[in-house]
Amino acid sequence: MVSIVSLQSVVALLGRFPALAGADLEVGEGEIVLVQGPNGAGKSTLLRVCAGLLRIESGRAEVLGHDLTTDRAAVRRSVGLLGHDTALYDDLTVEENLRFWAEASRVDVAAVPAALDRLGVADRIRDVAVRDLSAGQRRRTALAAVVVRRPRLWLLDEPHSGLDQSGRDLIDQVILDAAAAGATVMLASHELDRTLDLATRHLTVAGGTITADRRGGDGGDRPDTPQPGDDDAA
Amino acid sequence: MLRDAWLVARKDLRIEWRSRVTFSQVVPFAGLVLVLFGFALDANRPVLLQATSGLFWITVMFVSTLAVQRSTSIETTDGARRALLLAGIEPAAVFLGKTLAVAVQLLAVEVVLVAGVVVLYGADVEAWALVLATCLVATVGIAGAGTLLGALVAGVRARETVLPILLLPVLAPVLIGATRAFDDALGSVAVDGWSWLGLLAGFGVINVVLGALSYGVLLEET
Repeated sequence: MVSIVSLQSVVALLGRFPALAGADLEVGEGEIVLVQGPNGAGKSTLLRVCAGLLRIESGRAEVLGHDLTTDRAAVRRSVGLLGHDTALYDDLTVEENLRFWAEASRVDVAAVPAALDRLGVADRIRDVAVRDLSAGQRRRTALAAVVVRRPRLWLLDEPHSGLDQSGRDLIDQVILDAAAAGATVMLASHELDRTLDLATRHLTVAGGTITADRRGGDGGDRPDTPQPGDDDAA
Repeated sequence: MLRDAWLVARKDLRIEWRSRVTFSQVVPFAGLVLVLFGFALDANRPVLLQATSGLFWITVMFVSTLAVQRSTSIETTDGARRALLLAGIEPAAVFLGKTLAVAVQLLAVEVVLVAGVVVLYGADVEAWALVLATCLVATVGIAGAGTLLGALVAGVRARETVLPILLLPVLAPVLIGATRAFDDALGSVAVDGWSWLGLLAGFGVINVVLGALSYGVLLEET
């Protein structure tokens, strides 16, 4: 299996606080990895480290074959991150935003309409300023910006946040399609009812460390089902 | 790099065009400052003429803090700074693009301000070429220093108040050089304005080079 993410005893700080305190992780191609855990556990930090946005203080880390201590720029160019922020400019239209990010990422802007179609962003709002969109429409647009990049590693932080039922279903399908095409997806989520079935692997993060790592997408290891090793999971 | 710089500048200018912040807020603010300076000096025309150059550039300094704050907030409001890093744009290109966009906006305000000092203060421009050259060269330095310091304070709480405290002292050489050059252009003081352009050009080059080299560190750390 091709290694996409490889972390060994990785420590990352937020200020002086060790938000990631010795994480070990191997993620392969095509996996859909759910990162779950309580607030402040380190889920978002883990995704930011994998995106090359947060410097690691110690340990070894490689993402998509690039060393995270020496070649973060290459990592950043290769991943797609949907964070809590949407990284959209309020005064630009939906289409202008996506065209800008496509050009900035050196991706063919011709892919923009298809990405908006894929995320169900209606034609009638493509010329609307982002400031006039609903939270759900913003979220869909932000994910469309990730789709345009066609990254090998998708890092999605609460991707279903603010979306209606059809939007959530659509996001699930986008994730499944990405994985089917060979991409790897890591998503942090509190929506376990939905994401446990979606993911092929479940990580539990607590106190900045990975406390449980289970494979299987059959939903048989939901938190309310006792599992070996649950004692140390938050 | 120039392609990416133009991409960023075009985006910032498009945002400005849509939001009309410069025309609806910054230009009226600049005009108001000119008028209030006139009141403060009791509409004394000889005094106003003597002080026109300084008042003009002090107004530009005030305006520059607004323009830089606006330029910075565009990237910080919804996490676009991080997305710029992920897109793989060279930080130097981001710096150059944002500097260019701020400079264009400041130049637009300066055009209005020049008209303002002519109409309100009765200033008589004797050397339009020197006025034009001073505005161009000084504005590059102001925009460069502002963009750099805007990135420096981007992660700071209460950055709106911290930015002017940092920026205005840094711009002191521009205030001095541009005021002297304008004194010559307006015929209010007998100095060689063109020689002051050298100081302004040096300041501009230092700020642009320093910004291009250090902007990446600031994007990473703030």
